[in-house]
Amino acid sequence: MRNAPKNLTLWLLFAVLLLLPFITDALLGRGWVRIVDFAMLYIMLALGLNIVVGYAGLLDLGYIAFFAVGAYCYALAGSPHLAQAFPIAFPDGVHLSFWIVLPMAALLAGFFGVLLGAPTLRLRGDYLAIVTLGFGEIIRIFLNNLNAPINLTNGPQGISRIDPVSVANVSLNFTQKIFGIELPSVHLYFYLFLAFTALVVFVSQRLEKSRIGRAWMAIREDEIAASAMGINTRNLRLLAFAMGAMFGGASGALFAGFQGFISPESFSLMESIMVLCMVVLGGMGNIAGVILGGILLAILPEVLRHSVVPMQQALFGKVLVDPESLRMLLFGTALIVMMLYRPAGLLPSRVRRRELDTDEAVERV
Amino acid sequence: MTGTGALLQFTSIGKQFGGLSALSDVSLHIQRGEIYGLIGPNGAGKTTLFNVLTGLYQPSVGEFRFNGTRYQAGKPHVLAQAGIARTFQNIRLFANLTALENVMIGRHVRTRAGVFGALLRNRVTRNEEQAIAERARELLHYVGIDKPAQTLAKHLSYGEQRRLEIARALATDPLLLALDEPAAGMNATETESLKTLLQIIRSSGITVLLIEHDVKLIMGLCDRVAVLDYGRKIAEGVPERVRNDPAVIAAYLGGEDE
Ligand SMILES: Nc1ncnc2c1ncn2[C@@H]1O[C@H](COP(=O)(O)OP(=O)(O)OP(=O)(O)O)[C@@H](O)[C@H]1O
Ligand SMILES: [Mg+2]
Repeated sequence: MRNAPKNLTLWLLFAVLLLLPFITDALLGRGWVRIVDFAMLYIMLALGLNIVVGYAGLLDLGYIAFFAVGAYCYALAGSPHLAQAFPIAFPDGVHLSFWIVLPMAALLAGFFGVLLGAPTLRLRGDYLAIVTLGFGEIIRIFLNNLNAPINLTNGPQGISRIDPVSVANVSLNFTQKIFGIELPSVHLYFYLFLAFTALVVFVSQRLEKSRIGRAWMAIREDEIAASAMGINTRNLRLLAFAMGAMFGGASGALFAGFQGFISPESFSLMESIMVLCMVVLGGMGNIAGVILGGILLAILPEVLRHSVVPMQQALFGKVLVDPESLRMLLFGTALIVMMLYRPAGLLPSRVRRRELDTDEAVERV
Repeated sequence: MTGTGALLQFTSIGKQFGGLSALSDVSLHIQRGEIYGLIGPNGAGKTTLFNVLTGLYQPSVGEFRFNGTRYQAGKPHVLAQAGIARTFQNIRLFANLTALENVMIGRHVRTRAGVFGALLRNRVTRNEEQAIAERARELLHYVGIDKPAQTLAKHLSYGEQRRLEIARALATDPLLLALDEPAAGMNATETESLKTLLQIIRSSGITVLLIEHDVKLIMGLCDRVAVLDYGRKIAEGVPERVRNDPAVIAAYLGGEDE
């Protein structure tokens, strides 16, 4: 009986989500589905990072690197690009199916997660933050420079003409007619991303309420007590890095298929910080909070872009502040206000601030 | 293999911090089923001994034997697996988790579910989860915490936090329960109920190693007591004899309290 209203809300939410592309088309105009698509990529990333930062309490400032690994994985395995590096072996490049590359991308990113986790096992707090930040930059710099002597990544120009994702031999890059309804490409990707987001939410939820999730939270709360209680902190930290990275890698492959073009520019430190802010703003460790943070931060710049320029033109007749700098200004202000008044996020899970605390390098027990 | 002999045996353990010898040449053995007291002035090395025993510090020299296995540089989780559980002098609970979750985490080392179990949540995993929660509730009750199990650990009173630490340690099914000043900060009634709890724990077959400053508690509870001073064991034996040992009296008079 008591579940009835909750179920009803869930069904309503489901219906709204299914119709969302048509709603935004009708209410806001054509470009918005694409923005929502990107928001969902960000939500997947934020949920992945939430495992590392929110559950295990490991501050990671280089998370976007895993997104990059996944994206480049699909870009190389699903585009003509490799023909340049290996003209004899792959005269037309490599064109593996997205569905084969996706698990590979996730696994490869997971491997990189372990690669980052292993040397940082003894670090916490700001020490860990610095190393992860460096890691993120190293990956980006590699991507920028691996165009010589063999052209693997095509450097700053990036890789283009990446194969679109196909589902059951139906390419998502073209408008398709399904059940008599015309679905443009962005709508098709919307449903694909919606399915993946749902999967990521499901996995997060299951992990959170499990023996593994509790062990992560024990590490977050007090790593020494956790180890004294028999938790193998080394393995569980590596697992957290690997799981988080796998989410990132899978989202990266989706991103590459969706955009058809990627370059190192998309994987800058600013993006890592953006995703971290989504996690922190919404409420670390709380799935609903992280989703809210992702939506807000992904949509905000677009709202500004669509409102600031016309508004200034109406008011002053010219554009005084460009939306990008205004975005940064608002963003910074919002974070400061948040830290002052709601340090645990908009939808806090039980308060957890320790991740951002300084811990002594050698802790006295 | 288990029935006879000492449960724990320290052989010439030493621990240096820079020039400071926090422990030097400490040998002692603890029998199965006894309550063994460890006392000494502040800074004597009692907590350091616990940290060596639980793998948080590596001893500079020496080794110890627990339940038939030798350890030189044990890892904390390995020692917990082997059956050593502890509490901390300055309480180290998982502050932002509930009382129940704290104890459930203690079950980690005796349960199995991994990532696939978590994702599939199959029958085995569900049963295990249920057993973990059930056991944790029992233990909360056992140590006498009657606040709701969903109370955050940090919202419990000081005495309750100390008892929650004991419940969490018991959840690991230990052979040896090592308590670092469990009565610190407790009033007389709380100390009295702690004493009863420790007696019940001992009679359930768990060996207890107890650091305490409360002389009355030590005298009333322990079968044997060892005294540390400046990292050395200066006396050992039944409480009555140790209390009247001139070296012990000198150590305490030389120190600042008691
Ligand atoms: N991590 C560490 N680094 C340096 N010195 C330490 C460390 N841990 C302990 N010590 C030193 O070792 C000595 C023994 O400390 P320990 O904490 O074991 O004493 P204790 O007997 O538990 O005292 P108390 O009754 O005050 O708890 C002290 O001089 C202490 O300063
Ligand atoms: Mg001490």
